[in-house]
Amino acid sequence: MTDVVFYFQVHQPYRLRRYTFFDIAVEDRYFDDAENRRILQRVAERCYVPMNRLILDLVTKLEGRFRVAYSISGTALDQMEAWAPEALKSFQDLAESGCAEFLGETSHHSLSSLTDLSEFEGQVATHADRIERLFGRRPTTFRNTELVIDPRIAASVENLGFTALLGEGADHLLGWRNAHHVYGVETCSTIKLLLRDYVRADDIAFRYSNKTWDQWPLTAEKFARWIHQAAPEDAFVGLFMDYETFGEHQWEETGIFDFFAGVPAAILADERFRFRTPSEVAAEHPAVARLAIPRPVSWADAERDVSAWLGNPMQRAANEALYAIHPQVVALAEGGDTRLLDHWRRLSTSDHLYYMCTKHFSDGEVHKYFSPYASPHDAFIAFMNVLDDLARRVKQERTSDRAHPETQP
Amino acid sequence: MKVLMLGWEFPPHISGGLGTACYGLTQGLAAHGVEVLFVVPRAHGDEDTRFASVVGANQVVIEETVQEPSRRVPFERVEEGETIVEERVRVVRPVEERLERVATPSARADDSDAGAREFGVGLDDDPTLDVKELTPRERAVGAASASATVDVRDEAARQEALASARSDRVRRSFELLAVDSLLRPYLSEREYVERLSTVGLDARSRSGASSNPPPPTVPDSARMFLRSQAPCEHRSDDPAGAEASGGMFTWSLAPYEHPPTFEERVVTLRRRLPWKRVVIDEREEPGPTRVQRRVLEFSGAYGGNLMDEVARYALAVEQIAKKREFDVIHAHDWMSVPAGLAAARVSKKPLVLHVHACEHDRSGDRVNTEVKAMEQLGLDGADRVVCVSHYTAGKLRRHYRVDDSKLRIVHNALTQKEQKERVRVEKNIGEPIVLFLGRVTFQKGPDYFLEAASRVVRVRPEVKFVIAGSGDMLPSMIERSARMGLARNVHFTGFLQGEDVERMYAMADVYVMPSVSEPFGISPLEAMALDTPVILSRQSGVSEVLRNALKVDFWDVADMANKILALLSYPALLDQLKEEGREEVRAMRWEHPAGLVRDVYVEVAGSR
Repeated sequence: MTDVVFYFQVHQPYRLRRYTFFDIAVEDRYFDDAENRRILQRVAERCYVPMNRLILDLVTKLEGRFRVAYSISGTALDQMEAWAPEALKSFQDLAESGCAEFLGETSHHSLSSLTDLSEFEGQVATHADRIERLFGRRPTTFRNTELVIDPRIAASVENLGFTALLGEGADHLLGWRNAHHVYGVETCSTIKLLLRDYVRADDIAFRYSNKTWDQWPLTAEKFARWIHQAAPEDAFVGLFMDYETFGEHQWEETGIFDFFAGVPAAILADERFRFRTPSEVAAEHPAVARLAIPRPVSWADAERDVSAWLGNPMQRAANEALYAIHPQVVALAEGGDTRLLDHWRRLSTSDHLYYMCTKHFSDGEVHKYFSPYASPHDAFIAFMNVLDDLARRVKQERTSDRAHPETQP
Repeated sequence: MKVLMLGWEFPPHISGGLGTACYGLTQGLAAHGVEVLFVVPRAHGDEDTRFASVVGANQVVIEETVQEPSRRVPFERVEEGETIVEERVRVVRPVEERLERVATPSARADDSDAGAREFGVGLDDDPTLDVKELTPRERAVGAASASATVDVRDEAARQEALASARSDRVRRSFELLAVDSLLRPYLSEREYVERLSTVGLDARSRSGASSNPPPPTVPDSARMFLRSQAPCEHRSDDPAGAEASGGMFTWSLAPYEHPPTFEERVVTLRRRLPWKRVVIDEREEPGPTRVQRRVLEFSGAYGGNLMDEVARYALAVEQIAKKREFDVIHAHDWMSVPAGLAAARVSKKPLVLHVHACEHDRSGDRVNTEVKAMEQLGLDGADRVVCVSHYTAGKLRRHYRVDDSKLRIVHNALTQKEQKERVRVEKNIGEPIVLFLGRVTFQKGPDYFLEAASRVVRVRPEVKFVIAGSGDMLPSMIERSARMGLARNVHFTGFLQGEDVERMYAMADVYVMPSVSEPFGISPLEAMALDTPVILSRQSGVSEVLRNALKVDFWDVADMANKILALLSYPALLDQLKEEGREEVRAMRWEHPAGLVRDVYVEVAGSR
């Protein structure tokens, strides 16, 4: 039996306003609510709601034989609660069907795992609580922001009680091995690593509507045929992708919904295949080997590393400046004032760093598509201006906190 | 493939962006094996003394050459009394061959005759010039002959040419012809008259006849006029000449009611213009009779106004086109349009017009209709139009209705300097410097720079702003900066040249190009090559190709100020732009755009 695992990532960041140098110390609204609301409602209407309906129908029609997994970032949940509650409700309906697993991640889709593990663990715990509250089950599978994994992250996730970790089936990680097996991590004891089959996943996520692709048009039957080529001993095929693939990156007009509607039945037509969620796969299959992860691996760009977020001097400087004020922000939060920590965490969302990426040639088009800025430099300027203001406010609050007891003898 | 290029300026004497682009393009073309016959306008008495071969070339057409050092070249010289009629003869040799010889001192000894090819660009054998109409005196002058010598080049200029040619691996022959002309890129009527006076030949003293009415300054709205002062002798078979009284001709180049063919236009142009190769001795000989004679003799010299000069240049180029072999004509911007059309007419070769800027860029909506009509003429008559950006292509479609099938977009590149030549500057003032460098004119947006400056100063009062350049808006900019209370922050340097430009770029912490309309805009690349980060207007061609620069809409002075402050506040941004910018600019070599231009040549030459 080979399991087919669909996992969809649902995420929306809080995009910044056009925050200029002249707003520093004047303006404390950092985020472009109008734009964020517009985008969230558009995506909910084009993707979340219709796709959830489609999947729920498939689950019902196939009597539970079709299963999927979701990871929804905290910032996406916040925005759905505020601006598209019907979308959130449709995810909850899926959870109730019992055929959808909801995974753990950081509350703010951050890269805190690379810079500050205590902040990382805090965000993961916060998010796990919220997922349990919203969807009824505490997550046992973890997927880090942009599938970033390294040995420290794996160990931390294992300590937090997760039993499975998702990763990218990057060539430089696997070497001669095959992404269709369950692996362990060299420096961990129990956690299981499920890797993405980037060829099959990207057939849908990137190539489906590309008319210059020699396999265009892709049909459900053709896709199922490719899946069926898996070897009998293969444990699973990891089809991990952004949920916005359906209806947003690839519009309804491309036929992506109709295509997807046909995929489950086409795959199930061969009885050697079934659908499973990540935690089911991890529970049923032993790890065949433990992989060493010499450097961080992600699912982004050709490099499959973290250079999309921390690859250039601007990105590293911005990240450094962000974490430089982290201790003070946390101290304020511990004193009861969590307002600035909320702002800080929204700034920790990886998208802000992604907008500053200057890798134009190989992946620039993808970066541009996802960026609200005209250039990576503009992204850096807006982010740094906001951070400058936040740092000033943190300093002010700290000063007034300290001044307070002195003025009251 | 051999190209007759009507270029502008040649090193070491380059003053503007158009000259830089022409030079870079020829270097790039050389790398693609395209031979270039490069015609530059260059005035007698002009400031360029480094190319000794040009000094004294006060004749209509000379073959300029590049010669072995300390070798003297004979040229033909025709004398009678104080009047000299001359046809310069120069030895022309492929650049690389020259370089090799120069580089190998031992080769110098035996090269006195080897490879030397001498020929004149004379006008006597030109059937289109009616020699019979020359005055008897002139004919007599033409009969006698004598020889003289001139020192061809000086060592410094040679070394410079050598270095630049080397660094760009010029392999193929490159030939430089100088046409005696006061034209240079983006000359205005007023500047032209000023230049005339610098060579001691303003229109009044030339015409000699004070009874002549001054040329009309406002052209008929329906017609585009080229005005010319007549030579003292004009042909009787010339109907327009008959109606022109007092030696003044006016003729139409592009009458919208009855558009003549190009052929007709060029014929008219040629017939109208005084074109003779007779020139007097340069020595000043005061006295009324003397002046009178000069008028006669000087009928072949500079035009009385800018349009005359453009037409005169066209005729000189036409002569060259008759004599020389080439496959394609490549003309740059409006001043070379009549020349390009004339050359195309006599040679039957295709014409490529290269648009670096159009009148709508230079003057916004207040266009000079004469110039615009000239541009229209060229755009209609050219076989292909190469323009320097999508931005400019849009303007050509919009304002000149140029068909897309004729348009080709070729972005400029940067002439590579050798590393050792790069300027190293010690900053001697501590305050950050924000720089504007360029002509202080409407097109360049200096007023937006001032507005942004005033916003920056409110936050960072120590920042210095430098406006380097001159232009018609300079006085009002100075007044305005004082009125805005920026006198202590804004500094005006006036016009900068040569190394001072590079030093200025290198001293600046930020370079801003706030142009209102910039077809390309090479200056940001120059600043980046010197590690100075740039902020540039999105209303520019260069913003289409440059990634490591901050971009603003020129009118958005708040954003401009925001970005200036960001650059002065966030070192990582500076590092990013410097490091990646340096690499980016280094990769912008002329070979790539020149390859695209070569493709255009092949396309048009093949279609004939």
